Amino acid sequence: MPRAEFWQGNKAIAVGGLDAGCRFFGGYPITPSTEIAEVMAEELPKYGGVFIQMEDEIGGIAATIGGSIAGKKAMTGTSGPGFSLKQELLGYAYIAEIPLVCVDVQRGGPSTGLPTKVSQGDVMQARWGTHGDHATIAFAPSSVQECYDLTVKAFNFSERFRQPVLIMADEVIGHMRERIVIPDASSLTIVNRKKPTVAHADFIPYLADEQDDIPPMAAFGDGYHWHVTGLTSNDWGFPTNNAPDIDKKITRILRKVERFRSEVVEYRAEGCEDADTLVVSYGCVSRSALRAVRELRSRGVKAGHFRPVTLWPFPDVELEKIVSDCGVKRVIVPELNMGQMFLEIERAIHGKAETFSRTLLNGELFKPAQIIKYIEEVA
Amino acid sequence: MPRDDVMKWLRAQFMPHIWCPGCGHGIIMHAILRALSSLGKNQDEVVISSGIGCSSRMPGYIDACTLHTAHGRSLAFATGVKLSNPKLTVIDVMGDGDCSAIGGNHFIHACRRNIGVCAIVMNNNIYGMTGGQASPTTPEGAFASTAPYGAVDPAFDICKLAIGAGATFVARATIAQPQMCEALIKKGIDHNGFSVIEIMTHCHTQFGRKNKRGKPIDNFNYFKDASVMKAKADAMSREDLRGKVVIGELHHAEGIEYTDRYKSVIEKARG
Repeated sequence: MPRAEFWQGNKAIAVGGLDAGCRFFGGYPITPSTEIAEVMAEELPKYGGVFIQMEDEIGGIAATIGGSIAGKKAMTGTSGPGFSLKQELLGYAYIAEIPLVCVDVQRGGPSTGLPTKVSQGDVMQARWGTHGDHATIAFAPSSVQECYDLTVKAFNFSERFRQPVLIMADEVIGHMRERIVIPDASSLTIVNRKKPTVAHADFIPYLADEQDDIPPMAAFGDGYHWHVTGLTSNDWGFPTNNAPDIDKKITRILRKVERFRSEVVEYRAEGCEDADTLVVSYGCVSRSALRAVRELRSRGVKAGHFRPVTLWPFPDVELEKIVSDCGVKRVIVPELNMGQMFLEIERAIHGKAETFSRTLLNGELFKPAQIIKYIEEVA
Repeated sequence: MPRDDVMKWLRAQFMPHIWCPGCGHGIIMHAILRALSSLGKNQDEVVISSGIGCSSRMPGYIDACTLHTAHGRSLAFATGVKLSNPKLTVIDVMGDGDCSAIGGNHFIHACRRNIGVCAIVMNNNIYGMTGGQASPTTPEGAFASTAPYGAVDPAFDICKLAIGAGATFVARATIAQPQMCEALIKKGIDHNGFSVIEIMTHCHTQFGRKNKRGKPIDNFNYFKDASVMKAKADAMSREDLRGKVVIGELHHAEGIEYTDRYKSVIEKARG
């Protein structure tokens, strides 16, 4: 039976992970994400899973990768400075193709910045934070309900695509309490990583299936022995300096997500059918932006709202189509950073509308009245 | 040629290895493979993790579940592997830089937790792969490319560090005692808890040429002369021990292994 709860976002993320099958959490305390670790410490052993508080942020993701290689669905959580520290090993998991979910509850930066205050300053780091090219899947929840639902999805995509999936939450969403409905476990769609079906002698660890570009993964202890490395490797998983092998590996780890982009990309549009002015926002900002748009519409202003649920892949084609089909004249982008997604949005709409970036960096959240003012200023 | 039972554990297709002729790492790898073979281990259930550096290339040559991680992080990966599946035999091979510099934090905490991992530290007192920079175990005054006037920093004693941090089995040998290496590694793998086997080896290419040990044989002779068994060392004065390498089983204590301890957490949580 579905049940209603009154939870904060961080708890919903933790429970979403548990319901998706997470049985390993490696973490380190950091505000404002610590509650995720605390819930996991209490709940995971009840499921026979493992929680470990590591000695630092890097150890947290390292243990998480190890836990995943040995067969458990695994997760780590952090905020701001911790997300910076995790970048190298996120890169490791991308190239070695190890499934995991990494949550970043964003706070003000740079550096220690504003530990208890909200920001959206890590959205580009989510895309480009680790060195080298890789596909990124990053969700930005804007409600406690989405914290749960998107964490389940994040696990499914991480298991399916064999790579890290990011939950880019923020301090407001992580700490806000509101009503959430937890679905019946039997109604959830749960995806598990593909396992090899061939005998060990025929097992080529990184030989991808043609239909999806994803190699089946054997856990250590499953009866296969194979090599995992952060070096660029060939199909056998061994380091290579051979140009065609390098090309094959890197293009495949990009393509394996790109070719299923339409199944990954997610957005919400409201009031876009006839909008002159479109507000594009994500995460906690969407709550103020939606209220502003609804209020203006009730006064007869043709305003709409577009919210990328996946920041990466960014719903660029989808946004452009809405802007062109609906004849949107102006796009306003309020963000709790200096306009990190603004350029991405400009890129997406190819000059089909005027664009306006509105930024807030003082640790506060946009009030609906501010967004109404922004719309009125340019309309 | 190694014995057939040892060859089974080798990815011979990758020979010749990347190590310089005369490097001590091969002696250590051979000792590990003999230990695994004589313990009757199964390749599907042995995980060998490593960090980055010359020594950390070793898992690539071993036919088991091998995990070549990032610089300094191997023990944190290994901790995750062992906790996720405690039935696995987990061995972590690393160099002195991995263990005591960039991975120092993971090392002391693995000791503290007493997690069931056998850590084999190949200490050659230098960063070899990157061209001979000083490491935390470069002896004070020894020359390195980043210590052109002699190392300023005092060196770590990795075994003392491990004992102080709570490791329950700590031993040391040098590449001049390959049989002892094998015996200690066997004990370390069999030990139910965190074990540290420090094996003193050499980098004649990077350390030796700047410190009058430029030929492999100079290093073998040095280790033979400098090695003192623990029992004998216990009776020697601090003055007499200067410049010596104390070898053998240095510390053996009882303690509950970490994954065993976590089983009781699961029992408590399930009421």
